[in-house]
Amino acid sequence: MSQLALRVRCRGADDFLLEVSENLPLLGVTAIYGASGSGKTTLLECIAGLRSAEPGSQIHFDTTPWQDNATQLPPWQRGIGYVFQDARLFPHLDVEGNLHYGLQRHRHSSGPSVAEVCHWLGLEPLLHRQCDTLSAGQRQRVAMGRALLAAPRLLLLDEPLANLDGDSRRQCLDALKRAICASQVPALYVSHDAEEVSQLADRLLILESGQVVQHGSLLALSSRIDCALSRDEQAAAILQCELAGHDEAFGLSELRAEGHSLWVNHMPGAPGEQHRLRIPARDVSLCREQPRQTSILNVLPVQVTEIETGDSPRALVRLAVGEQFLLARITRKSATTLQLKPGDHVFAQIKSTALLTEIADPA
Amino acid sequence: MSPAELDAIYLTLALAGTTTLILILLGTPLAWWLSRRSGNLPALVEALVAMPLILPPTVLGFYLLLMLAPDSAIGRLWQQLTGNQLAFSFSALVIGSVIYSLPFVVQPLQAAFTRVPASLLQAAATLGAPPLDQFRSIVLPLCRRSFLVAACLGFAHTVGEFGVILMIGGNIPGETRVVSVALYDYVESLQFAEAHRLAVGLVLFSLALLFLLYRGNGRVRAVAS
Repeated sequence: MSQLALRVRCRGADDFLLEVSENLPLLGVTAIYGASGSGKTTLLECIAGLRSAEPGSQIHFDTTPWQDNATQLPPWQRGIGYVFQDARLFPHLDVEGNLHYGLQRHRHSSGPSVAEVCHWLGLEPLLHRQCDTLSAGQRQRVAMGRALLAAPRLLLLDEPLANLDGDSRRQCLDALKRAICASQVPALYVSHDAEEVSQLADRLLILESGQVVQHGSLLALSSRIDCALSRDEQAAAILQCELAGHDEAFGLSELRAEGHSLWVNHMPGAPGEQHRLRIPARDVSLCREQPRQTSILNVLPVQVTEIETGDSPRALVRLAVGEQFLLARITRKSATTLQLKPGDHVFAQIKSTALLTEIADPA
Repeated sequence: MSPAELDAIYLTLALAGTTTLILILLGTPLAWWLSRRSGNLPALVEALVAMPLILPPTVLGFYLLLMLAPDSAIGRLWQQLTGNQLAFSFSALVIGSVIYSLPFVVQPLQAAFTRVPASLLQAAATLGAPPLDQFRSIVLPLCRRSFLVAACLGFAHTVGEFGVILMIGGNIPGETRVVSVALYDYVESLQFAEAHRLAVGLVLFSLALLFLLYRGNGRVRAVAS
């Protein structure tokens, strides 16, 4: 497994200072998550060599120094692929020309073929189109293909979905996911969207005002109450599950996590596959006693491990399910009425579940 | 058309061709440098490049004459290297024309280079392209038309040159007697019919060149002085 060792200091406008000292294990997708202005893009540009970090900064990819006291490797020698928020396709080349641009210049390990990349990203019908005739989602897919064909050792993605919405965002996310999985190139993915992050990332680096506040695996971080991901409405926990089977008659699929069954809308896949289930905290409610005759299919016995009550009328409860965790957002009034305290055994009802990414290698 | 006139036409085309070639070779890196830098030095260089647009050609010609004269440093060096005198030679005309037509090549190129977004060059860099490769594969194709404009304007302006040439080249048939000088001769000696022939020729040539140039693209009009 490769590793990116960062000791980066970089000054921006208005006294902004980015200071990151971390060793990033490069396996799968590492999301760099944070609000706008937290320094995510600045960090990515320093890693790419598009922006020079202050003297004394060090960036090592495995044993190769990308930047240290003696070296400042230019971007074209770093063996990276960069997908920009605004695609940046070359207007004088058609789609095929753009794809070949990276292919003709790569100097590292043999990368994927044009046919493979086109297959992953659905680019075959676009090959002979001019770039100005493409939709925003198509442009991002071409940009991704172009970056992959440069046979990068590390893929850097800077909010590639930020300019998309609705269906095209979902389609593009699926395509990116497929391409990252299939190409097996480690990726750093900058985003401020918690849902996007939990669908794509294996690891998480959370930035706040230029500082790293948390760094670890997504599964561990996503259920932590103090994690920045849990602060907003989108707070959600992620359960690692195994696909158990399908109920064709009712159009449902059964997933198993920690010995319990969870029913979700019918999904493709063979029994035994590993999947990630994203369970939004606002969709989880709690009962003292096992609910009977409820319309809610998914009820799990859980143990309360932590309760966060702030000044807001609502509380965030962390619940253990075997080795894994769930989050529940309930009102402070309910928490008091139920007399919830850490250690209590209760039942979690899950209203709906959004099925998430398939993980090839459950790290 | 007399052999002397044909000589003058040939000489004019040779001068304009040589000058344009040199200008594209010199002007491209200069325009690139100007398009990517800001500060006092680039501003000064830009002002120097633009000087021939406003200086009377005689001023430029006067200083060039002093600079290229046999007793000047450059003139002496040239004499030692080539065995020929520099002033009043074809080579002197080329040097003068390069300086005189420089803004007509540098300005359109600089304007075009400035329009190439730095973001595209960054993208090219992340795909493995070093700077020269970025220039060749991104900037050149995006600015192809501006190179055509720059070359045409440089060529046409050199053909239309008179004052500088008279000052540093004089009027030697086959060596420095270009069409505009020949025309001046005819007028001085009251040979108006011959003068008309050359004058109409120059008008038609310039008009045709500019027409062909402007027909392709409306934007190029902005770059002429």
